[in-house]
Amino acid sequence: MRIIWVTLRTTFSVAIMCCLVYNAAVWAVAQAAAPDKANGSLIENAQGQVVGSRLIGQSFTDPGYFHGRVSSIDYDANGSGSPNYAPSNPDLLLRTQESVSAWQSENPDVPVSELPIDLVTNSGSGLDPQISPASAEAQVPRISAATGIAADKLKQMIEQHTQGRSLGLFGEPAVNVLELNLDVQAAR
Amino acid sequence: MTTISILAIAVTLLIALALAKPVGLYLAAAFDYGPNRLNRIYGPFERLIYKVSGIREENQSWKTYAVSLVASNAVMILLVYLVLRFQGLLPLNPAGIANMEPTLAFNTAISFMTNTNLQHYSGESGLSIFSQSTAIVFMMFTSPATGLALVMAFIRGMTGRAPGNFFADLIRAITRVLLPVAFVSALLFVFMGVPQTFEPAAAVTTLEGAQQNIARGPVASFLAIKELGNNGGGFFGVNSAHPFENPNGLSNLLQLLLMLLVTTSLPYAYGKMVGRVKQGRVLFVSMFLMLIVMTSISLAAESAGSPALNALGVEHSQGSMEGKEVRLGTAQSAFYSVVTTASETGAVNTMHDTLTPIGGLVPLANMMLNTVFGGMGVGFLNVLMYAIIAVFLSGLMVGRTPEFLGRKIEGKEMKLIAVTLLIQPFLILVPTAIALATHPETISNPGFHGLTQALYEFTSAAANNGSGFEGLGDATAFWNISTGIVMFLGRYLSMVTLLAVAGSLAVKKRIPESSGTFRTDTAMFGAVFVGVVLIVGALTFFPALVLGPIAEQLTL
Repeated sequence: MRIIWVTLRTTFSVAIMCCLVYNAAVWAVAQAAAPDKANGSLIENAQGQVVGSRLIGQSFTDPGYFHGRVSSIDYDANGSGSPNYAPSNPDLLLRTQESVSAWQSENPDVPVSELPIDLVTNSGSGLDPQISPASAEAQVPRISAATGIAADKLKQMIEQHTQGRSLGLFGEPAVNVLELNLDVQAAR
Repeated sequence: MTTISILAIAVTLLIALALAKPVGLYLAAAFDYGPNRLNRIYGPFERLIYKVSGIREENQSWKTYAVSLVASNAVMILLVYLVLRFQGLLPLNPAGIANMEPTLAFNTAISFMTNTNLQHYSGESGLSIFSQSTAIVFMMFTSPATGLALVMAFIRGMTGRAPGNFFADLIRAITRVLLPVAFVSALLFVFMGVPQTFEPAAAVTTLEGAQQNIARGPVASFLAIKELGNNGGGFFGVNSAHPFENPNGLSNLLQLLLMLLVTTSLPYAYGKMVGRVKQGRVLFVSMFLMLIVMTSISLAAESAGSPALNALGVEHSQGSMEGKEVRLGTAQSAFYSVVTTASETGAVNTMHDTLTPIGGLVPLANMMLNTVFGGMGVGFLNVLMYAIIAVFLSGLMVGRTPEFLGRKIEGKEMKLIAVTLLIQPFLILVPTAIALATHPETISNPGFHGLTQALYEFTSAAANNGSGFEGLGDATAFWNISTGIVMFLGRYLSMVTLLAVAGSLAVKKRIPESSGTFRTDTAMFGAVFVGVVLIVGALTFFPALVLGPIAEQLTL
């Protein structure tokens, strides 16, 4: 009996320490020191409207924008997930084949052998905000044709928005699709 | 796979290696009841908590220690169950999330108390902010603290000391280890881009004019204790694959280090506490080598990618990208899958269901062996169990009485250990067979991979890992209840049997070492230890692995 009574009282003191004080202290410091990041890295366009988050991908279908990765949840940032096709699942092959043929009809100038695999595979989160630099490069001819922006200018934008590895070592280089498209929007 | 991504993994392992010893010595001091510097620093604050909580800082008997552990955890499970059941009526629920249904609340409460963090709900839509930041975070502290308390009591027993006081150990684990490290790392996560806000979801209009609702919340404080405590449950449904929960390579690095921090340092803490630093080092090196082997296998499999997709003719130098994030890439994703299962954390930054068959076999093997470091505290307990088995077998082979730390290993201990060894395969294989026979409709992938899905779920539950092959339709009453029971038994049965072993060793007379004593601090012992782990593991699980991932690989 005494054990249960002590447990209840311990629960109370641990809850104060770990739930209330801990969460609130991290929150207070975060909001004071890095409010932009603490509130979800939201970004505004030139007119001051919030158009999304730097960290959350959006769906792009307009041929004049860079496209992101396949998302089984269509970039619904209220949830996250993917239907998880195992490598041996025939549906994975079907879905990827569809993406590849869609690519062929949208980008007749770029052969499939230059289409990087990240563009036709589903990201883990379904919200991947980035693509590989090669995937951005591969879309340049299409966007240039659709918007009239010179290919060199687009390549420059890609370079500007390519995030290298953290500390030059951890992770992989990646291009932020939303930030890149904000530049594209301004230029066209 | 580029040289630089392999270098990044090597650097990560070296940092973990460098941290293990100092952290181990800190842990040994932190759980020492005698007067020392740490007790002077933390003492006044802790005595206040003891007073509020009614804790008397005095030694318990082995039985009382075990009863305190199980009873306190049971009470906490009940309290959290009630919060989840009534979260719709409780405050801090801006998204209007409904009460959790009974079988799911049963599963979730057990899942977080047992350090498993198997999640049959999705964080964004299944839990209110109140549930996330009180009920779940509460267990993310108390559950690893329970594990740490347990292993400290066990080590004390092996040296003939009294077990200590469960509640005092629980508080010490929180005040001296979990809370300070979690606080600092939570802030680091914020600076890396992880949100920490109580604002509701942000509603935005995208560039193409669509509406997007961006779920956010107090993620950073959640994330820090999730990794440090080897909990692994995600704030978001996709866990650390979510860009808010793992924004870049740096946050990924910090997560890997946090997962390894305590569990890699325990061998050193043990060596210090029992006065055999060399033996602790032998155990550490044995496990570290296993970790490197597992990592190599996984990297090779994932960078080769899926033959079927590669055959489409796309540019596939990135490896298998299905279910992975671009900023993390194949190498860091594969490495994370190894570390999260080696440390029994269960956080994922890639969807394990989409791993190549051999890439998925490695996490499965880590969880089945449960000794490649293993989870907070309980992992090292398993390691000590295997060390005792290694001593026993060596003793049988050369015809000497087996001794460990100067104490005879006899029939009683070996019987308890044999029971403990049998619990795990029983909890994994029997329910898997039942699930496959009775609920095949919940399995989303055809063929051999379907078997692996069910096998993975129960292995993850029994090993208290919590990662999943998420394609499995596991949010049903059958899966909720069956995995709930497996998680509960997987954690507490072996805790009690192993505490009984410690209690039995503690009262034995210490015999002086002689030239006839089998040395347990040599490379030879390390090799026997690894051999025992692999042989026992292989004998138990090889048939299931052949039917699952190995068969799948052969048919690709």
